[in-house]
Amino acid sequence: MNKEIKNINYKSESSSPLGKLDGALVIIDYGAGNIKSIQFAFKRLGINAVLTNSIDEIKAADKVIFPGVGEASSAMKMLQESGLDKVIPTLKQPVLGICLGMQLMCNHSEEGNTQGLGIFDVAVKRFSNDVKVPQMGWNVINDLKSDLFKGVKEREFMYLVHSFYAEKCDEMIAKTDYEIEYASALQNDNFYGVQFHPEKSALAGSKILENFLEL
Amino acid sequence: MLTKRIVPCLDIKNGRTVKGVNFVNLIDAGDPVVLAKQYADLGADELVFLDIAATLENRGTTLDMVLKVAEQVNIPFTVGGGISSVEHVDALLKCGADKVSINSSAVKRPELVSELADKFGSQCVVVAIDAKQIDGEWFVHLAGGTIPTEIKLFDWAKEVEQRGAGEILFTSMNHDGTKAGFANEALAYLSELVNIPIIASGGAGTVQHFADTFIKGKSDAALAASVFHFGEIPILELKQELQKQGVPVRI
Repeated sequence: MNKEIKNINYKSESSSPLGKLDGALVIIDYGAGNIKSIQFAFKRLGINAVLTNSIDEIKAADKVIFPGVGEASSAMKMLQESGLDKVIPTLKQPVLGICLGMQLMCNHSEEGNTQGLGIFDVAVKRFSNDVKVPQMGWNVINDLKSDLFKGVKEREFMYLVHSFYAEKCDEMIAKTDYEIEYASALQNDNFYGVQFHPEKSALAGSKILENFLEL
Repeated sequence: MLTKRIVPCLDIKNGRTVKGVNFVNLIDAGDPVVLAKQYADLGADELVFLDIAATLENRGTTLDMVLKVAEQVNIPFTVGGGISSVEHVDALLKCGADKVSINSSAVKRPELVSELADKFGSQCVVVAIDAKQIDGEWFVHLAGGTIPTEIKLFDWAKEVEQRGAGEILFTSMNHDGTKAGFANEALAYLSELVNIPIIASGGAGTVQHFADTFIKGKSDAALAASVFHFGEIPILELKQELQKQGVPVRI
């Protein structure tokens, strides 16, 4: 039991420029998602992330996490009820959508025939029944193209749980293969989206969250 | 390529880890939070916590444990045992559990599966099925495998899939605690029957048993307790051997 899996070293190099100031990093709390896990993942990095649905707090933050787990159309409805659907696309600071958060940032999702926020110019489709749906478990990310992946090796493993995927497109900064190749991460300007769960993807996932803080 | 998952299971009683042999004769195997963190560092892909003595009174203790695990562990984990309501699941997910596993309560009230899937999404709903093969036919058992029912395993698996379960955790009562290998024939049939991931449980004793359940049993994940808790099978060595035999794993 004492042999550790040797991986590349994802140890944190320095304290983040965000320091521990409350409000510098916010996680949008709109009722969808495992936000506690994300908050804990930042806590392990020494960062206090604030859960909020306050539009003022979100606008004032240095960095914004847009989480999401569950069904697309009901999550979008919750965004609309709080007015966040209008706010998120106007944010100027780095924004990271995770899982359903990323999918909602796309043009359209087949799940519940949902109109997305249109930040990423791509459609979200369902995996066919030729593979098990949801895809659940650890798969690799390839063709890494952003500072979000600084120090993360090609073919690194990430934890994914999803039935819908973003198609390959110009804004793709990582791809994954499950039945077909699809975009497992996207970037458009200050907006980033990852299909996988960095908060649940061991040390490599933690490195990605740390990179996001340093963008 | 999606990899096959190795899932240590931590049976919990009064906040401590235990593992029963054929569900009796409990042996203490440590502090769940310490064990969980260690497993994450050693390369486990996911963890399952089963509260085997869950009652309303100790629900708070379990929620505390879930919160502590979520704080310290950077891989996904499932919590099961004594879960029978939407409110309870809500509390567990809010404490940081990634998935919940329901068993007897789903058999007693199948609507629970649909309610949980609708409210929280299929991805966090694991239906655990304990079944025993009697005269060639697999029957679902309740309450940790102690109470037989007339429900057939494969009918029940199909129903929970239709109701929105995201995953099935199948424990063979005939194999659990024997360390003689998983129920690969039933597992392979199950894996073809439904289109959601299957976690194999019951019977892990050797590295080859894991290889067999992935290759012959077509399982998506394999769960075990004592072989991991007592260090009989180191996870890294297990994964290296699986890789040698062509099973995709995360190393």
